[in-house]
Amino acid sequence: MKQAIGKLLWWFEERLELRTSLWTVMRHPIPRDLRTQVGWLYVFGSTAMTLLVLQIVTGIGLGMVYVPSAGEAYESLEHINYNVELGWMLRAIHNWSANGMVVLVVVHMTQVFLMGAYKYPRELTWMIGVVLFLLTLGMAFTGQVLRWDADSYWGLGVGVAMVGRIPYIGPELVELMLGGPSVGADTLSRFFALHVFVMPGLLFASLTVHLYLVVRKGISEPPKPDDLVDPETYVEKYEEKLKTGDPFFPDVFLRDAAFIGLTLLVIVGMSAILGPDGPGAPPDPTLLAVEPLPDWYFLPAFAVLALSPPSLETGIILIAPVIIVAIMFLFPVFAGKGQRSPRRRPVAVLIVIGCFLSYCVLWQLGVQEPWSPHMTAWSGVPVPTHMIKGSSPKELQGAAILQEKTCRNCHALDGQGGQRGPDLTVVATRLTRDQLIRQVVQGGGNMPAYGKELNRFEVEALVSFLETCKPEGYASAEASVVTDRAD
Amino acid sequence: MNSQSGEPPTMETATTRRGFMEWFSWALLGLGSVAMAIPILGFFLGPILKPRADEWVDFGPLEDFPQNSTRLVDVLNPLRGANDGMTGKVAAYVRRIEGETFQIFSTHCTHLGCPVSWFKESGLYMCPCHGGVYYEDGGHASGPPPRGLYEFEHRVEKDRLMVKLGHLPTLQDPGSAHVSGKNS
Repeated sequence: MKQAIGKLLWWFEERLELRTSLWTVMRHPIPRDLRTQVGWLYVFGSTAMTLLVLQIVTGIGLGMVYVPSAGEAYESLEHINYNVELGWMLRAIHNWSANGMVVLVVVHMTQVFLMGAYKYPRELTWMIGVVLFLLTLGMAFTGQVLRWDADSYWGLGVGVAMVGRIPYIGPELVELMLGGPSVGADTLSRFFALHVFVMPGLLFASLTVHLYLVVRKGISEPPKPDDLVDPETYVEKYEEKLKTGDPFFPDVFLRDAAFIGLTLLVIVGMSAILGPDGPGAPPDPTLLAVEPLPDWYFLPAFAVLALSPPSLETGIILIAPVIIVAIMFLFPVFAGKGQRSPRRRPVAVLIVIGCFLSYCVLWQLGVQEPWSPHMTAWSGVPVPTHMIKGSSPKELQGAAILQEKTCRNCHALDGQGGQRGPDLTVVATRLTRDQLIRQVVQGGGNMPAYGKELNRFEVEALVSFLETCKPEGYASAEASVVTDRAD
Repeated sequence: MNSQSGEPPTMETATTRRGFMEWFSWALLGLGSVAMAIPILGFFLGPILKPRADEWVDFGPLEDFPQNSTRLVDVLNPLRGANDGMTGKVAAYVRRIEGETFQIFSTHCTHLGCPVSWFKESGLYMCPCHGGVYYEDGGHASGPPPRGLYEFEHRVEKDRLMVKLGHLPTLQDPGSAHVSGKNS
């Protein structure tokens, strides 16, 4: 029996010659330096790749039940969530694994950047990596569209508004993107084609080249401050290292195996506990009481769009991404040799810290959205009672007008309400009566003018309430001291 | 051409013939590729090659719109496809100033296309995404929008309000009225 199996295997081996092809690749030598703890930094790429495979597997599963038609996609997602056996779990895994893939790709890039692994002779590996990063983000965005809920619908609206700003050809590109004059069945179907056929194809093609280069050029050895990369001598030195190297499989792979296993456990756990993401409100263009938000990784971009000065905005939308991608892509061309150790590359470290800090700050702002009116504050967040204690009827009327006229959507009292405009709790210490009237009637700064909306009695009542908005014992603003500081 | 029957082809004629065959093969491949590429490219560029113009939609009888007020109207998008489902609907704000003078606004913020909400209490449209605010007449009041709300063309026909719409308005391809709000 054993002999028969051996014979059969040999029959295949004679034809496939895997021992001299695949097996040598699996056993390709890895520098010994990875034996130390630093080796744990080399596990992110393989884990990201594993998640890609996981995405394909779960994606195929979802593809069997998802209906990519604008009229039925939403219902089919509900069907997957509630009717299909373990459908919710598969959607959850697909979602959390997608999140994990974005995170791991970024972590992998950061590690490669910090350790100078993109330098000679691995510049092209980095460049293909940038392509893989962009494709991952592309998959994330197109996947978000397939969720076909209100966020998806209005997210497309945001995409359309951006593309529509491209000079001259904007409107045509919008029609191409939507597959027609408005968001509909042809839009969903083309994003389905992108997400399921085009981008995975490009991802696999790029990944093949990336892996070929990784195996061909070898994994970069952990950097040592005294070891500078010199294209004249690098390859020779590296090959010397490989002579004492460990085989990738199974020796070095053990760490990858452990981290991949841990990652899979985390994703299964998160999926089981947190469940799938959405679908949220239905994609109905007539339901306007929605607050569209992109998935978390795009929140910082959303924040930039709220914070950029209007005059620069189109430039920021259209030109900044091109510049950022070009810098990322071409980086190894300009910094492809010399020092690799992060201990001697303070600028590289600062770039990474700067990027992560800006990302986190913008992300935090994106979560808080201080620039957005709180659409329900006017009816849902009352004037704090201590602010109207002992008020005259006129002042009370003013407080009622402050609510009724939706002022609270932008103005907080005692920290409650919109953050768009200044908090009015102590406004009387900043603005005089005349300044308050002018600000209400004419607007200014970033405030609409209410002159047409309020009659003079209403303005009078509102201002008399605002004049009481100061801490006890504090003086009111005086015209001679504070001149025209309407904010 | 100058080879006669019975004689073996000379070097010269062979070269010419091979040259011709070479040229002919490349030309045939080229021709076939172009012939195949035209319909395929045409398909992918379809939305541009055959753009669809906005169409008139019935928004209902005039008495549905009280003088000096604004309300939201839902209709079916005249350019919707057979499988569009609920995305085939479209909404617009109708402001009746007086008599037959109307303003019809798109619900899409001119900043980045998010849905604006109307607050009749303050006479303002507010956008939840980046804080764009517009006045009752669609003019820009505050925030990042580069212009007032998009407007659609309208006319009154047999005491019914007709509005011309269909495509998703963007900065370079605004609503059918193609005018910005008075204050923008």
